[in-house]
Amino acid sequence: MRRIWAILISVVFLHFFIGTYFPTLPEFGNIDMYRRVSFDYISKSTTTSYQPVEYKKSKGLEDGSANVVTSIVVNYRSFDTLGEVTVLFAAALGVGILANIKKRRIEFEEHKVLSVATGMIFPLILVFGTYVFVHGHLTPGGGFPGGTVIALGFLLLMLAKNEFKVTDAAKHTEQVAGSGYVLVGLIGMAVVGVFLANFLPTGTIGNLFSAGVVPIVYTLIGFKVGAELSSLVSDMREGDKV
Amino acid sequence: MIYYIAFVLIGIGLYGIVSQKNLFKQLVSLTIIDTAVNIFIVALGYLHGAEAPVYSSVTPLANFVDPLPQALVLTAIVISVGTLAVAAMLLVHIHEEYGSVDAEEIRAAKEVIE
Amino acid sequence: MSKLVEFFMNLELIDWIFYLVGGLMVVFSIFAVEAKRIFDSVLALSAVSLLSVLLFIVLKAPDVAITEAAVGSGLASAVMIFALFRMKAGEKK
Repeated sequence: MRRIWAILISVVFLHFFIGTYFPTLPEFGNIDMYRRVSFDYISKSTTTSYQPVEYKKSKGLEDGSANVVTSIVVNYRSFDTLGEVTVLFAAALGVGILANIKKRRIEFEEHKVLSVATGMIFPLILVFGTYVFVHGHLTPGGGFPGGTVIALGFLLLMLAKNEFKVTDAAKHTEQVAGSGYVLVGLIGMAVVGVFLANFLPTGTIGNLFSAGVVPIVYTLIGFKVGAELSSLVSDMREGDKV
Repeated sequence: MIYYIAFVLIGIGLYGIVSQKNLFKQLVSLTIIDTAVNIFIVALGYLHGAEAPVYSSVTPLANFVDPLPQALVLTAIVISVGTLAVAAMLLVHIHEEYGSVDAEEIRAAKEVIE
Repeated sequence: MSKLVEFFMNLELIDWIFYLVGGLMVVFSIFAVEAKRIFDSVLALSAVSLLSVLLFIVLKAPDVAITEAAVGSGLASAVMIFALFRMKAGEKK
């Protein structure tokens, strides 16, 4: 009986949306870029007039990162990223409070092949994660996947060695990196007058030292997300601090 | 086209939430809905014959797909994993309190307690 | 019948990839909802996330693809399986 109700609700929902909502959408693949606001984001000219942007030749633009999605996430809509970092912090705080269950911690059997392989692979995983968030303004990636790769390296270490604990150093790293992001915003307010403004000079597009404040913010976000997610997984594994 | 795939997946997730009694299966269906909505939002910005929105030496002209939906979906993916972690810990507490994660058994156990 | 043949002739490569990967995603998600054991559900959810990474690459979104690959297949499965272990650890006592 429950399944029939579920199928009925699902089919009515699908019929309503496909019938009345799909005709209002633009046809797939035929959008009009010149009428969207993303055209200003791509040509980096929200306040000045439109000039074509060239790779490794244009200097001193409004926002100097070669990856357009990074320039939207960290520069044009940086306040939303601050909100997301706050939501992640609230989630890690919630898991840390709720993980106080009086049960023993989850024990794994140690496997010789996994231990030896982890010893060889773990530094490579850390280097790869650091590469992804340092080059966030040049290649696809950024702070969030880089931090997640670092946390996955720590998860591998947790599975290979049974006595490994993520100490309180992770929580201190997270606090320092999170406050660092707000501090960068306040420095921008002191120098330019707007919260989270870009106060360092933006160089040529495509160089490593370009785009002003964007690499610094992504490095801070990478450290924060990596420390936060690894301590979240470790909290779920340990039990009560007996 | 891809709008149909995304909405069929939302429909399957909705069916899973309404019909399953196990709370863990309802959490899995919620995550399926999250993934389908992310696909739909990214598909709203596609342009035939355009490239990925990264300036490089192989794209001399700026002929890109829409980068704004991708920036929004980047935030949404990370937030959905945070919500998943909190919900999973809440389910562990419910299991410790009532003895099972099944909606009917929890309702029966609550009536016995009251 | 001829309309069906005409429909198949007019598909391009990108439409073939959409329908194949989309069909696989629908099959795996139905399996994730209707499985008997919860562990199979979690594995099918990880497969759905991995197939959505393919769709993100075809839609020319590399940032989203890297993020979903790292988060969906690694962290979501690890969190759910740790929660399952915690629930089973209480039952055995």
